Amino acid sequence: MTDKSKGLPSLTRRATLAGLAAGGATLAMPGILRAQGETIRIGFPTPLTGPFAAEAKDQVKSAELAVKLINDRGGIAGRKVELLVRDDKLNAGEAATRTLELIEKDKVHAIVGALSSAVQLAVNEVTRARGIIYVSISQSDTINEIKDFSRFTFHEALNPHMTTAAVAKHTFKKDSKVAYLVADYAYGHEMLRGFKRAQQAIGATSVGEILHPFGAADYSTFMPRLRSMRPDILCICNFGRDQANSVKQAVDFGMNRQSKIVVPVLLHNQRLAIGPEAFEGVIGGANYYWGLEDTIPTAKSFNDAFKAANGGAYPTDYGAYGFSGVYSLLLAMEKAGGTDTDKVIAALEALKYDIAKGPQHYRKCDHQSVQSVLVLESKKKAEMKNEADLFKVLATEPASETILRSCSELGFPA
Amino acid sequence: MTASDSSVAAVMAGPAGHRGWRARLAAWRVPLSVLILCLLPWVLPSQALAVNVLIYGLVAVGYNLLFGYTGLLSFGHAAFFGTGAYVTGIMIGKFGLPWYAAVALGVIAGSALAFVIGLLSIRTRGIYFSMVTLALSQLVYYVALQASSLTGGENGLRGFTVAKIDLFGWTVDFLDPLKKYYVLMVFAAAALWLVSRILNSPFGAVIEAIRENETRARACGYDVERSKLIAFTLSGLICALAGTLSALHLAIVPLDILHYQTSGMIVMMTLLGGAGSFFGPFVGALAFLLMEDVVSLWTSHWQIVVGSVFILFVLFLPKGIWGTALAWRAGR
Amino acid sequence: MDAELIAMQLFSGVALGAILIMVALGLSIIFGMLGVVNFAHGALFMIGAYAGLWVASLTGSFWWGLLIAPIAIGAFGMLIERFLIRPLYKRSIDDPLLLTFGLGYVLVEAVRIVFGSDGIPFQTPPELAGVADLGIGFFPIYRLFVVAVVAVILVLLWLGLEKTKFGLIVRAGAKDPQIMRVLGVDISKVWLLVFGLGIGLTALGGVLAAPMRNVNPEMGSLVLAEAFVVTVIGGMGSLVGAVVAGLLVGVAISMTALFAPEMATIVMFALMALVLLVRPHGLFGKPVRG
Repeated sequence: MTDKSKGLPSLTRRATLAGLAAGGATLAMPGILRAQGETIRIGFPTPLTGPFAAEAKDQVKSAELAVKLINDRGGIAGRKVELLVRDDKLNAGEAATRTLELIEKDKVHAIVGALSSAVQLAVNEVTRARGIIYVSISQSDTINEIKDFSRFTFHEALNPHMTTAAVAKHTFKKDSKVAYLVADYAYGHEMLRGFKRAQQAIGATSVGEILHPFGAADYSTFMPRLRSMRPDILCICNFGRDQANSVKQAVDFGMNRQSKIVVPVLLHNQRLAIGPEAFEGVIGGANYYWGLEDTIPTAKSFNDAFKAANGGAYPTDYGAYGFSGVYSLLLAMEKAGGTDTDKVIAALEALKYDIAKGPQHYRKCDHQSVQSVLVLESKKKAEMKNEADLFKVLATEPASETILRSCSELGFPA
Repeated sequence: MTASDSSVAAVMAGPAGHRGWRARLAAWRVPLSVLILCLLPWVLPSQALAVNVLIYGLVAVGYNLLFGYTGLLSFGHAAFFGTGAYVTGIMIGKFGLPWYAAVALGVIAGSALAFVIGLLSIRTRGIYFSMVTLALSQLVYYVALQASSLTGGENGLRGFTVAKIDLFGWTVDFLDPLKKYYVLMVFAAAALWLVSRILNSPFGAVIEAIRENETRARACGYDVERSKLIAFTLSGLICALAGTLSALHLAIVPLDILHYQTSGMIVMMTLLGGAGSFFGPFVGALAFLLMEDVVSLWTSHWQIVVGSVFILFVLFLPKGIWGTALAWRAGR
Repeated sequence: MDAELIAMQLFSGVALGAILIMVALGLSIIFGMLGVVNFAHGALFMIGAYAGLWVASLTGSFWWGLLIAPIAIGAFGMLIERFLIRPLYKRSIDDPLLLTFGLGYVLVEAVRIVFGSDGIPFQTPPELAGVADLGIGFFPIYRLFVVAVVAVILVLLWLGLEKTKFGLIVRAGAKDPQIMRVLGVDISKVWLLVFGLGIGLTALGGVLAAPMRNVNPEMGSLVLAEAFVVTVIGGMGSLVGAVVAGLLVGVAISMTALFAPEMATIVMFALMALVLLVRPHGLFGKPVRG
């Protein structure tokens, strides 16, 4: 019931929404009496505290936009939708507690959210035991494997397999020599696995893999060895601050002069945190970039709606997940006419949607959202037309089940 | 450190009213505590919060045995809390053991680890003791991180959800938050009873003597090292039990449970509530979690509030909430 | 694995040790003189980085940041000692540790409130940008600069301690504060200055580290752990120890990076535990008092 997202603007928006709803209700009394139903509550755990607070706030704004668009259309079968934002503090134990509260106390009908892999798995463990639909927007595909999967589990975000395949396709060549610098944790290994698979398919060779401790601040001790491998491509498989630090230091050591730096996911906020100079020319994948609006009409309408609601600010990659996760769920609920779990699951499985980046649908076996993958290159400072013009879209891998791991590989019966 | 209520009761040979009041409180502390615990789920804003207070209160009680009563500032108790949780989860999830066997094994594993770490760290003194416990428990963290095939690594341990509990013929729906709370409370109550017995025993007096003046205790002929080790192990046992309850409650074990920041949180809770008092740790856990929850509603910057409150307590209210309340009441 | 690579790796280890030394020195001085384990040391390292960044953005020059930030944060440290820690000396030795633990949380969150949770870009000053060819390999010029600065600071510190009256008082006060009071020295003023010096050193470490790493509110937490390891191994309270251990740990991390890089942090903590168990006062520290 309580909106934990920070700041007055959202309160004012909610107050306006409530006011409009109340006004509309008094005008349409007879109609309301007929159509009145219980509010639909969607839980939204997100790391408002911690290193990804900026991404989390973007996600909240985008999620609220999705809810607003549905409510403006009259809600779902006349019922209004309410978003219950909770701070999971990027902590799995905290996330599990918040999820329990959302289900037991707030009686949510479904949950969307999570940024870190540990958090998504924790939320999932709680929701699947209780038969609550959960749409995860965390970019790790552990949740797709049969061990963690349940029919209530959906994964709207990209996974490393998809991004690495797309990025490799546009950077690795047949005789490329690739060196890998990998964060030593599950997500890092997922990225490495994806790249190596693509590398083998393309015919490139690996000249070395170096694992670094997750969360390392200093990468100077890895640089001499990486340099001695003389790679054409330096593939840095990590995330968040690790990506920021390792890219910066690789450039400090002049690695970008002898090799092309390639990452599985180019992150909007990390690029802002480091600046255009260090990131210049770095290529990586992404789920979304506002620059898509030139070619994809739904991207433009998403951008416009977001800008209108947020004072001209552009949506970011992570922000877009908040939108697509919530909106796809609400569209399915619309088709199902309500919140009946079985009907909504069926609707989600059958859903074909295009809301920000082109056509998407959920694959049946693992409920993974099949979607396009962007391949971006970070622009140099001189090329940036405005402050938000960070990346150049090199290519868009079309949505296809071929870039996912096969159902049987994930452990599902054929 | 701060005086506990049992020794104060013993010392207070004042007017019958005072002594009667403190002594009676001390004698009835277990039933009173259990009564308050029974009421928690009805009083707090959510039942998940109530279970957390139960679990973290228990950890703090266990920690208090070592910190408040024996006077040893360990910064590594997360290791026992986490080991209890992990072993329980692994036993249920990977080996398919029934929940009660998993809980028993979790407690045994945590206690064994406490014995080993205690054995190693008791040899050091003062600040070095705190640093050693910190370093050793961080090692446990890194081992759990590396052994990801067993523990799930930084993704945490999952896949051991206990949906139903068979308790002497009854089948309890463990997904029902209220029923889950009362089942877990039985364990917490048993642990509280155990701690009370320990504190009331001669051993309890010995560890308090060690806290007040180690040299004198040694001069009186007590085997200080052995007592410290026993206190350390018992403290670890209680924390491990709390860990097993945490595993059953959340149905996951997050890796952070082993991190020194969790150890720090345990220390903060104990101090906030009142180190060296019986019920103080629960008060501290309640205060800490409630503060965190409530402040998070207003701002995502709850850490500055909690941190500042903690600093204020260290400076001005070192006896903690409960400890100060007791002392104030006794002083009247 | 050729000799050049190993030599290069050794050199990077030494350079890595430089930052470790700065932070560990401050921690060691504070413990040696005041008996306080400063759990807020990592947070103050981070604040030093932010202060340097802020001054640099105001004045347009990294050098002003390098000069002003450590002094300003050192002064802030003196305020901390005077108002938060001094009241606790009469109490248990654990209390300052606990207070600084809470203080760490407060400082990190305060920075998040003022500067936001995102990292902030900090460019390497153009005069120091670029890579130098050392013969055995390439190394960023900025990192060479950092090593040089640390070396200079160490020399200044040594001169200060050995050759000045204040240094004499500090060394004597570390050995026996009672006698100092008897001799009429205002020991509390000495403690104030020493604490400020320790904090100033870690803040300097932060400013030096800022161009190398992403400046963000969490950058102090790993540094704190590393500083503890170095200080324990070198001996809490020993300056020579902090230097030797800093280099040792830097090289150890660097060489582990060659063979089993993911084990680097475990190795650090294992070393720390080992030293504490076998020789708690570290390589150069005073044997433990009770």
